[in-house]
Amino acid sequence: MLLTLLLNISMGQVAIPMKEVFKSLLGSQAEKETWEYIIMNFRLPKAIAAILVGMGLSVSGLLMQTFFRNPMAGPYVLGLSSGSSLGVAFVLLGAGFLPSFFSEFLLSSYGIILASCLGSLFVLLMILVVSQRLRDTMSILIVGLMFSSFTGAIVSVFSYFSSAEQLQKYTFWSMGSIGNLSWESIMILSVSVAFGLLVSLLTLKPLDALLLGENYAKSMGLNIKKARLLLILATSILAGSITAFAGPIAFVGLAVPHLSKLIFQTSSHRILFSGTLLIGAIIMLVCDTVSQMPGFEFTLPINAITSIIGAPVVVWLIVSKKNMS
Amino acid sequence: MSTNTNIITTQELSIGYHSKRITNTIASNLNLELTSGQLYSLVGANGVGKSTLLRTITGIQKPLQGSVFLHEKSIHDIPSTAIAQELSLVLTEKLPPNNLTVYELIALGRQPYTNWLGQLSATDHEKIKQAIALTQLEHLTNKKYYEISDGQLQIVLIARALAQDTPIIILDEPTTHLDLVHKVSVFKLLKKLSSETNKCILFSTHDIDLAIQLSDQMIVMTENQVHQDQPCNLITQGVFSSLFKDESIAFDGEKGKFIIS
Repeated sequence: MLLTLLLNISMGQVAIPMKEVFKSLLGSQAEKETWEYIIMNFRLPKAIAAILVGMGLSVSGLLMQTFFRNPMAGPYVLGLSSGSSLGVAFVLLGAGFLPSFFSEFLLSSYGIILASCLGSLFVLLMILVVSQRLRDTMSILIVGLMFSSFTGAIVSVFSYFSSAEQLQKYTFWSMGSIGNLSWESIMILSVSVAFGLLVSLLTLKPLDALLLGENYAKSMGLNIKKARLLLILATSILAGSITAFAGPIAFVGLAVPHLSKLIFQTSSHRILFSGTLLIGAIIMLVCDTVSQMPGFEFTLPINAITSIIGAPVVVWLIVSKKNMS
Repeated sequence: MSTNTNIITTQELSIGYHSKRITNTIASNLNLELTSGQLYSLVGANGVGKSTLLRTITGIQKPLQGSVFLHEKSIHDIPSTAIAQELSLVLTEKLPPNNLTVYELIALGRQPYTNWLGQLSATDHEKIKQAIALTQLEHLTNKKYYEISDGQLQIVLIARALAQDTPIIILDEPTTHLDLVHKVSVFKLLKKLSSETNKCILFSTHDIDLAIQLSDQMIVMTENQVHQDQPCNLITQGVFSSLFKDESIAFDGEKGKFIIS
């Protein structure tokens, strides 16, 4: 992880020698001031954001996969990210319709986080209601898919009525970017991710029990309602706050838990939790490094990279493993 | 062996469902007594309410009337974490897909005792080893649970209940889908556990002839009545003849078998 972190920081449109990267990270004077500036104000925040995003999305994917008894569950697939998108679209594109003092608050980063968290919470609750009625896990996935297209449709209705400037803002957001985050946003993001991860810690033991199904879990003294509440809280905070800052990022939440299950060969959530944290951070750093390969004049949208890497991983998983979990 | 004490008693218990406005009573006025060190089997035709009775006794479902007492306390007044240390279950439902090894699966039985992270202490590992030794599963502990046969999995699930270290174990049809050899080995294991560990074990089954031979007491559910007694007494009372409504099935008291005429 340290290695990928260094690699990530040292690569970019402007080539900076590894030695200088070390220097500026450790606080001493780098050879050129611009290098130091780039590293401290652009690359380091971006790397931290990548780590936070990777960890948060992967863990929320892990929690959801056990909770919904479904290997295909994840914040993106189940429509949580689209829920967040809807929330953000509502704010970015719809703010014009609201009184100005209100829209000012909404357009601040707090407002966007709030909208995004509420959006993902809304979708998660809807899915939960549906999953109570449908025992069939396949139909839950389909419902998630429907939510995605539903929110997509509402977003297009919004965009029809909004100005070019608003539209551009939203489009950039939806392409997903972990760059251009100020230190202040990083702070907010780390606090919300840390909080989400802490709540997730409390769900690890209940999740282990749920590996045997709800009835066994109950017979072992588990309070299902409480566990469910904690889980919803954790996943919607993680998925919501991350999506607010980084846009809807695909496949990390789905693929990383599988990778760590494959590597660590266990179902114990204590081990998987640390495993997904580590792998999630590494994958996100690698994806980000790829998205801004040296030599290119431009930075590719991170969402495209995660999909390009993630989709084949998922296909390969389904094909290669019969008993997927 | 320590003295046998009543662990579970039911008082004027009525079981059944409330569906919309209609109350569907399955059985009423049940006065059952379960004591430690005994093996109980619960038999009855399909749909007569065996599962409902088990769910009510384990506190999952509320009784329509009367109450279930666990150590002289009503089971619905005991917090679920405390019940988990008194009563463990082996269910028929299929496990959701996962990567658990046999050892990890058995270790999950320790959940009522572990800390908030579910870390296993030395005592926990000791109890798990005891459960594995009692069920003679040593050779399987490192296998994934989906790699072993149905019969072996059933024993593993019993070991998980043992690891939960409760005075009572309740099993829902533990011998369904098993061949005769495995049925007998599950029954023998239950018999051994009830006498050696002084546990109170209750299981439902359709293998009535095997249950007659092995259980200390039987609970027979028919549509009108529920009997609890020793198997030989139940035979002399002719209870088994009324078990099935079908005229072509008769019970032969001397052979202890059902005969198709």
